[in-house]
Amino acid sequence: MYVAVKGGEAAILATYDLVAEARRGDPAVPEISVAQIREQQALACARVMNEGSLYDKDLAALALKQSQGDVIEAAFLMRAYRTTLPRFGSSQPLDTATMAIRRRVSATYKDLPGGQVLGPTYDYTHRLFDFELMEEEGQSAIDSRQSELAAADDCRLPTADCLDATMPRVPDILGAEGLMETEEPPEGDPRPFDLTRDPVSFPADRDVRLQSMARGDEGFLLGLGYSVQRGFGGTHPFVGEVRVGEVAVEFVPEELGFAVDLGDVTLTECQMVNQFQGSKEVPPQFTRGYGLVFGHSERKAMSMSLVDRALKSRDFGEAADYPAQQDEFVLYHSDNVEAAGFVEHLKLPHYVDFQGELELIRRIRREREERLAQERDAMPEAAE
Amino acid sequence: MTAQDMISPGFSDPVFQSQAAFRALLAALSEPGTGQRVAAEIAPPEGLASATATALLTLADYETPVWLPAALRDGAAGAWLRFHCGATLVDDPAEAAFAVIDGAADAPKLSAFNPGTDQFPDRSTTVIVQVAGLEGGAAFTLSGPGVPGNRRIAPQGLRPGFTAELRENGALYPLGVDVVLTHGDGLIGLPRSTRIGEAR
Amino acid sequence: MNPKTPRQQWMATLARASRDEIATLLGALPEHEVLKAPETGTVMVEGRAGGAGRRFNLGEATVTRCVVRLPNGRMGFSYALGRDHGKARLAALLDARLQDEATDGELAQGVATLAARQAAARDLASRKAAATKVDFFTLVRGA
Repeated sequence: MYVAVKGGEAAILATYDLVAEARRGDPAVPEISVAQIREQQALACARVMNEGSLYDKDLAALALKQSQGDVIEAAFLMRAYRTTLPRFGSSQPLDTATMAIRRRVSATYKDLPGGQVLGPTYDYTHRLFDFELMEEEGQSAIDSRQSELAAADDCRLPTADCLDATMPRVPDILGAEGLMETEEPPEGDPRPFDLTRDPVSFPADRDVRLQSMARGDEGFLLGLGYSVQRGFGGTHPFVGEVRVGEVAVEFVPEELGFAVDLGDVTLTECQMVNQFQGSKEVPPQFTRGYGLVFGHSERKAMSMSLVDRALKSRDFGEAADYPAQQDEFVLYHSDNVEAAGFVEHLKLPHYVDFQGELELIRRIRREREERLAQERDAMPEAAE
Repeated sequence: MTAQDMISPGFSDPVFQSQAAFRALLAALSEPGTGQRVAAEIAPPEGLASATATALLTLADYETPVWLPAALRDGAAGAWLRFHCGATLVDDPAEAAFAVIDGAADAPKLSAFNPGTDQFPDRSTTVIVQVAGLEGGAAFTLSGPGVPGNRRIAPQGLRPGFTAELRENGALYPLGVDVVLTHGDGLIGLPRSTRIGEAR
Repeated sequence: MNPKTPRQQWMATLARASRDEIATLLGALPEHEVLKAPETGTVMVEGRAGGAGRRFNLGEATVTRCVVRLPNGRMGFSYALGRDHGKARLAALLDARLQDEATDGELAQGVATLAARQAAARDLASRKAAATKVDFFTLVRGA
């Protein structure tokens, strides 16, 4: 228990000033703009949108600026803002097969229909510092780089055709052979559970698990996904496909009665393919883990798909011995705003609590000393 | 298109107008029997009192099914509600999160609406009862949470036996519907926790 | 997916256009009544497990909407991602005007130009991605 404490208003107001000063840093250095963060720190913005569970690049950039780059604090700002907004409804389910692909790779098929598209990736960089980025770019440098890029566009791009408008999802290729666990909507294609509206109960269904992981902490899911790979939940995963790109969001307003295209969101989708030994009912086949997240967030999508597969262990009659296979453990601990709130509340005043503990420990010690004293008093005769 | 032609504007300033109306509803339900007023100047559709329309604009959305009498549902009020709130209009009173009834009509009874469940008593229907006046009718007394001692109200144009329905509803506590009486821009709250005394 | 009606197509184009683009196209503000003032809310974005399976809630996105009515009774709607209230009102006006205009009218042609610009940007992005298309080949070991 903790008890409200009054006072300290002046000190608290002074902390706001200090935060503002710390956030601004050295005033001799130009202030960063929200647009700069949105454009130049897009991967951080994507993480904030995911963990804040709200797609809005400008707000994610503002949250990062306001929180000095503290991603969890930024996600908290997004969540708090979200609660002030009315909800107009739910979108039509996204169709990721129509994604305007910027990147798409498969570790299972080298010649997949539509092709492997590397896109913007750090995978093939050497992780060596590019010290040129340390230099402050003057306008002339920017101009010359832009004209270089334009020239490159001219010489290289005409030779490249546009990518296919629709690219099949890799598990669907295996599915056509019957080697892959089928993935179909349940009877009636029900509206999904929404954990922002209703309390979660266990065992949790797949829609609950996927929503929870989509807004879960990337680091936590990464650790769990890694634990699965290292043997704490035996699956043998392959990346069937990772794709990144833009997908249109469609929404049917009640008063219009037809689907309105609201614009595009950037998404990352991961299809993880896993071995499955089969059971009495099911012949050996591949099973799937799925990850879908906002923005370009491959690590998060992959981790999510690993844990999604691990959480299906009960459905396949596998033992659920490890943390990544236990829905209650995963779902209750993946939300970093909740977790941060509970961990960080420990630094708030617990004076009355602690007074109680102090009283208790003093009393126990006193009683112990009295008991020992009695034993000592009783001892001499026995010792002599 | 014809239904849309009839649609009058909703809030001109949704944030502040809905907050003010929410405050009035909160006061009505936390201090049962006190007369509250919604200040929002909106042009309600035919068949809805200004207080009813304002309450629905404030509370109803696509996640809250609304029950209306058939004449209202198929007329301007239904189109207006669908347009402004995105709410689905349901046929079964038991499915409604909010409902509007005419205080003088025989049906549906309060017991036809959703009283909530033991696990989620908050998921009951809130029933807006449109009456002929908030004063000047047969009086009865209220007591219970939010009422110091007793409070006396005398709404006009309630069907015979309505106070008995309110008492039966109160007996379901913590289940039961919450009732809001409306007339013009005025409203009175009668939550399930309020005990209904003898008519005097 | 069903083929889109002309209205769905222009609403999609306007949702992706900037406020300035829409303002330029619309010109002077026509007389109108605001039925739903520009309002920012969210739409819960749904995905499907595995891409085609059970629906689930991915997360919300900010959306701004507005509904206007012209003196002739024609209603215009706008719904688009983001929080731009000015854009929402202009797009709703344009939606109302476009419904009354012939398909080869000035505004319709303006929207077609915007749509062509958006398609060109999409194609450029697609061709840039296509420039990173690779053919991995497997090395035969011990040959």
